[in-house]
Amino acid sequence: MAEVRIPIGPQHPALKEPERFMITVEGETVVDADIKIGHIHRGIEKLAETKTYVQNQYLTERICGICSFTHTTNFCQVTEYVLGTDPPPRGLYLRTLVNELERIHSHLLWLGVAGHEMGFDTLFMYSWDDREIVQDILEHLTGNRVNYAYNCVGGVRRDITDAQKQMIIRGMDALLERMDYYVKVALNEKTILKRTQGVGILTTEDAKRLCAVGPRLRASNVKVDVRKDDPYAAYGELPFEVITSDTLDVHAQVVVRALETVESIKMCKYMMQNLPAGEIRVKVPKKVGPGEATSHTEAPRGEDIHHLRANGTDKPERLKVRAPTLANILNVQHTLKGANIADIPLVVAGIDPCMGCMDRVLIIDKDRETSKVWEKEELRKYSIEWYEGEPHR
Amino acid sequence: MKTTGVMIPTLLGRISKKPVTVLYPFEKLEVPPGFRGKIKFHLDKCIGCGMCAKDCVSAACIMIEKDDKKRPIFDMDKCTFCGQCEESCPKDAIEMTEEYELAHLNRGEVIVE
Repeated sequence: MAEVRIPIGPQHPALKEPERFMITVEGETVVDADIKIGHIHRGIEKLAETKTYVQNQYLTERICGICSFTHTTNFCQVTEYVLGTDPPPRGLYLRTLVNELERIHSHLLWLGVAGHEMGFDTLFMYSWDDREIVQDILEHLTGNRVNYAYNCVGGVRRDITDAQKQMIIRGMDALLERMDYYVKVALNEKTILKRTQGVGILTTEDAKRLCAVGPRLRASNVKVDVRKDDPYAAYGELPFEVITSDTLDVHAQVVVRALETVESIKMCKYMMQNLPAGEIRVKVPKKVGPGEATSHTEAPRGEDIHHLRANGTDKPERLKVRAPTLANILNVQHTLKGANIADIPLVVAGIDPCMGCMDRVLIIDKDRETSKVWEKEELRKYSIEWYEGEPHR
Repeated sequence: MKTTGVMIPTLLGRISKKPVTVLYPFEKLEVPPGFRGKIKFHLDKCIGCGMCAKDCVSAACIMIEKDDKKRPIFDMDKCTFCGQCEESCPKDAIEMTEEYELAHLNRGEVIVE
């Protein structure tokens, strides 16, 4: 049967970030999904070749707005591998601390977004309010809320004061209480259970076959975490559990992320109580290499990889970045097949897409050979109304 | 127990409390110490070495020649507030202040000399 495709977007004033999902449906069921990415290509890898290593510390921070610190950690780490430098333990602890604080804020942000997508805005507002606790800590510690500029090749740029230590411990205690509450909400609130249980199921085999990463993979019951499997920074010395779930659906992702946040909070407290004394950074030469290295870290969304080839000058010859969303977008395409139209926002939000959320969807009705273009907000409204109208589950 | 309205006690508990958000232009939040805001430049300390301009990632800091002396100027609308120039300066001539309100009608007002 012929399909009608309307070429609108990806450049459009209504879009926040350009990315397009072409969904083919039969009635309410999605039969095929086509995802087009690459419209937000910014040329950061090429730009990195024209900047010095010092400048690249701040450029790599701009790859992502939410998990900016994991990218700088990765870049600094890969440069340190080529140089053969070992940052001092205190520097590594502080680097790990900000990584974990970032994971807490990212997971709380996701919890709010997921709540918003399922029409549970109360959860969205309260989780974002509690996120401010960790945002304030990050601002005090690094000097900024988003682009921290805290990492440097050879360690970190700022030391921590006793007052800040106390602030972190106080903040973590308050957050731990709140997270216990959110875990209770995630497990008991019917609004969440009805919208997420049985939605977006990705089996363990499919998750491995499609190379899923991060919380999506762990929600498919695969115990993989870079922090545990190949410890970097100070993770080798920290006690923590890798959270997995065997229900495989979006609800599993909610639970995995909520419990992971609890683990992160405990890790932050542990680091504050066991912070080693000493230097926070070592001086490194401006010229790096020649040499080649690969580094990977566990970003809030999954495994993030940086590869660097250095040629002995003060600028990299090549920097390759593989962000976690790119690895996860494949399984979204797979998971969408067989889902209801109303579940599309939640399945896509499930992987916590970093670049470009699903802003524009083209619905093709196979029977009527018609198509219409939906914006994300319309789709969200449709999904909430569809579930309100009649008990589908 | 699986039920709806698990969050209602929290909602009711908030009724007597103040709103979380503040009305920005009338009420301002306090900036933490160590915040990286508008740059303050001390010309008397500057030796014109150009380290700040060399390390600036966004070309906000460029070297100019004025009165037979090399010195930097800072374009605040290009600045990413990373604070690398402050760190690179060997004479502590650059300082990040806590000023964050940088909207101006005239472009020249955001250039720090």
